[in-house]
Amino acid sequence: MYASPVKQASGDARGSRPGLIGGLDFGLLAAALGLIAVSVYILTMATQDDVPGSPLYYVIRQAIYGAVGVCLMLIAARVDISRLREHQRAIYAAMIGSIMLVLLVGVAARGSRRWIELPFFRFQPSELGKVLLILALSAFIVDRVRRLGDRATTGRIVVLALVPALLVMAEPDLGSALVYVAITAVLMFVAGTKWTHMAALGGIAAASAVIVLLALPTIGVEVLKPYQVDRLTAFANPTSDPQRQGYQLQQSITAIGAGQKTGRGPEGATQTRLDFLPEHHTDFVFSVVGEQFGFLGAGLVLSLYALLLWRALRILTSAKNLYGALVAGGVTAMLMFQVFVNIGMTIGIMPITGVPLPLMSYGGSSVLVTFLAIGLLQSVSAQARSTDMAKTRELSTA
Amino acid sequence: MYLDNRRPPITPQLAFRVAIMGGVALLMFSVIFFRLWYLQVLSGDRYVGEANDNRVRDIVVQAPRGQIVDREGRMLVDNRTALAVKITPAELPKAVPAQNDLYTRLGDVLNRSPRKIRNDVSEQLEAVPFSTATVKQDVDLPVVQYLMENGDDFPGVTVERVFLRRYPFDEVGAHLFGTVGEVNEEQLEGKDYRGAEQGDRVGQSGVEATYDRYLRGRNGATRVQVDAMGALTGSLSAKQPRAGRQLRLGVDLDVQRKGQQALGTGRRGAFVVMDVKNGEVRALGSTPSYDPNLFAKSIKQSDYDRLSDPENGNPLANRAIQGLYPAASTFKLITATAGLEGGLIDPETPVSDPGSLNVGGTVFKNAGGAVNGVLSLRRALSVSSDVFFYKLGLEADGEGEGLLIQRWARRLGIGRKTGIDLPGELSGLVPSPKWRAKVNRQGIGDGRPWSAGDNINLSVGQGDLQTNPLQMAVAYAAMANGGRVVTPHLGKRVEDGDGRVLQEFPSPGRRRLKIDSENREAILDGLRQAASEPGGTSADVFKGFPIPVAGKTGTAEKGLGRPDQSWYMALAPYPNPRYVVAVTDEQGGFGAETAAPAARRILAALFDVRGQEKKVVKGDSRTF
Repeated sequence: MYASPVKQASGDARGSRPGLIGGLDFGLLAAALGLIAVSVYILTMATQDDVPGSPLYYVIRQAIYGAVGVCLMLIAARVDISRLREHQRAIYAAMIGSIMLVLLVGVAARGSRRWIELPFFRFQPSELGKVLLILALSAFIVDRVRRLGDRATTGRIVVLALVPALLVMAEPDLGSALVYVAITAVLMFVAGTKWTHMAALGGIAAASAVIVLLALPTIGVEVLKPYQVDRLTAFANPTSDPQRQGYQLQQSITAIGAGQKTGRGPEGATQTRLDFLPEHHTDFVFSVVGEQFGFLGAGLVLSLYALLLWRALRILTSAKNLYGALVAGGVTAMLMFQVFVNIGMTIGIMPITGVPLPLMSYGGSSVLVTFLAIGLLQSVSAQARSTDMAKTRELSTA
Repeated sequence: MYLDNRRPPITPQLAFRVAIMGGVALLMFSVIFFRLWYLQVLSGDRYVGEANDNRVRDIVVQAPRGQIVDREGRMLVDNRTALAVKITPAELPKAVPAQNDLYTRLGDVLNRSPRKIRNDVSEQLEAVPFSTATVKQDVDLPVVQYLMENGDDFPGVTVERVFLRRYPFDEVGAHLFGTVGEVNEEQLEGKDYRGAEQGDRVGQSGVEATYDRYLRGRNGATRVQVDAMGALTGSLSAKQPRAGRQLRLGVDLDVQRKGQQALGTGRRGAFVVMDVKNGEVRALGSTPSYDPNLFAKSIKQSDYDRLSDPENGNPLANRAIQGLYPAASTFKLITATAGLEGGLIDPETPVSDPGSLNVGGTVFKNAGGAVNGVLSLRRALSVSSDVFFYKLGLEADGEGEGLLIQRWARRLGIGRKTGIDLPGELSGLVPSPKWRAKVNRQGIGDGRPWSAGDNINLSVGQGDLQTNPLQMAVAYAAMANGGRVVTPHLGKRVEDGDGRVLQEFPSPGRRRLKIDSENREAILDGLRQAASEPGGTSADVFKGFPIPVAGKTGTAEKGLGRPDQSWYMALAPYPNPRYVVAVTDEQGGFGAETAAPAARRILAALFDVRGQEKKVVKGDSRTF
């Protein structure tokens, strides 16, 4: 009873490699498509006055990124990620290389150098780095899985992660650096690094945070730019100075709160339309949802993320090997961290770190990389299914 | 075949770790969910308010003050539009050095110190955060044009059209109309200026203050929507300003103007012209006067100091209601009333005037050493016999409590506020034994006990008596109208812009005194004779004047070599007077010398007597 539909599907899967979306996890696909659709819709409403004379400037671009991203996802879903494992050094080198390239020839905007100018769009290596780090680090961990308890292994993992993290922090791109850290922590956690090591690393991280934020500035050494410290501490006291970073936060909370239960509608959403809400197409896009469509709209978006993360965790558990599980875990970590830090930022419970909201925030690199990551999840899922199918076939023939 | 052994079944450890990740995710979702619930469902109203505060700005549209017109509807006070340079805080540079540069440039153009501009602006913005702050009112057009043409150098600087008060007759009637000035903290809290908003200019003195609630309009507001940069994105609603009401005074502009001319420039004095029946003030003035236009925009400290300097005669003081003068012989009307009504004399009682009166070794003489012989009341008033009234004063001091004159003075309104609709009135003083005992107790008197001499001095309006032309006018009016003590008033009614009556002010209350009509007629006769019959103190002044006048001269001795103060009180037309005219000149000398001729000129204007305006007849009487 239970096996037959799967068997049915496997028949298709085995013949010609299935159709365009065959073998994909539909929940994951639906959540991703739903989010990019909501993003395009919200941008239509929120950015109509942002670029004079071209009300659809951001919408068209985001739609194209979405379309390209979906293709990228479908391609990635077909990749046998075990092959990628063999190229871990190349992947790691590509990651470091591209980030270094940014530091050398990158395009600066608003005080940070994060982009490489390409013919069609600005490529942000720190975004791609998130996926590359997952792939490379997972491979390294799989290679060392038998020596996972060694301090040397933990140390190497930390070094491998810290190099790109510190490099993007130099751009400066604090948000991506934090995502790298989150990815690494979750990879180690999923792989089973000793609790003692995790605790020690946690302690070191906490101590360095205190040193960077409090101790060093008092003796005159600035690791973070003043504005970054501002942003990190603003959420603790958002109204202290409305002209500075707390202002964004205050406006974001006002926008979301003013949305009430069902929202003010695109026309009535004055916080967005009159530009009181800064960065409303990128970092603060969730606030736009909150203002325009209220608790209901925000709830819908949250549900889509819940679906996305539930499917990701599900795929993690069904992965056919450790590498797949780690990649799935890394992608889950990357999505989860960004969703919670971004939304938390807009509602005043997280620091302002400049982390985009996956698939919702406007931005080519972020959208493409997120789809790429979801494609990897689909690949892990597909492998697991084909293994399941093989198993089923075995059982039925026996 | 074999089971796929490449795929390790999910280990319990991994399952546990994934469960923890799921748990963390669940926890985070719950936190976000409840935070959103709190923000959007529980506190949504508050944030809707905040969002609206963000985008909505009220731009105040100043309401012009109401005009003030005279009894004929002639314009006394109106408004003019002027250009004011203001600062819009949203467009001001944020950096302090940039602001200072701006204030320096602005200071050069407007000829003001940058520090002062900065202080002014920050003070105003502190009071009303999003409103504009005024830097300078009434800026000349070329300056405005320069600012407009170089707009880029003056970020946040705007020019607005504002209404400023205009007093077309400058110094004429200044003490009546009063001044306007920015409403202060105390006034905003009090109830007299209810409805006034920060930055409004309200009446600070004169009828501008008394009738402020009618004259002040209601400011309008244009409610606009602005974006984050403070740029206008649309108009939401507009509340039209409502201009202030027009105030009609009982004042007659011609008389007011003539009165001021009659006092003359460089003098210190005051005059009052009042309707004896209802207390309507036809004219009231004080000299030296000032130009209230100086107060229309913020007055300069140096101007204010000059106008309140006693060396310059304190032009801001209204001597008609704030003067504290001995009334000299004009007070004899009160002494006469007291003597008649108190039964000391009747109109025909003969009294001997040998030229002086010796009381306990002190000799009280007639002015100029005159010897009038035996006379009765009418003649005594006419020639202003001092001895006649000395005797009444002496007699009154011995009768009962010795307060006969004091009581009648109080009844007739001397030494108490008249209740005129002008702020700042002083009550003055009628000296009495009780008063002298009090000042001696307080150590501010000269320690001398009350004596008959004090009462004798009071009987001829000398000594410690402190009164002013308005109080004297009220007393004379009571005598003229049959014993009604009127409340002088200026305001007649409130009108709309076309002169239609909105509210008529009823004539304020009057006290009625019982004065025997025979006594009253005798006093009026005496005053008439003084202004008409040979030997009358002001007969030569009013010789040939077509309107029959009854009047009394007065000359107050100031002692210490200071010039005497000249007084004249006139009632006209005799025998049924309609008006009382009071004139005093602090350094005018004898009453017949300056005050009486001034009164003649005022009466000429009042009764529209042609060909009299230039005519000044100085009387020869040298009586006190």
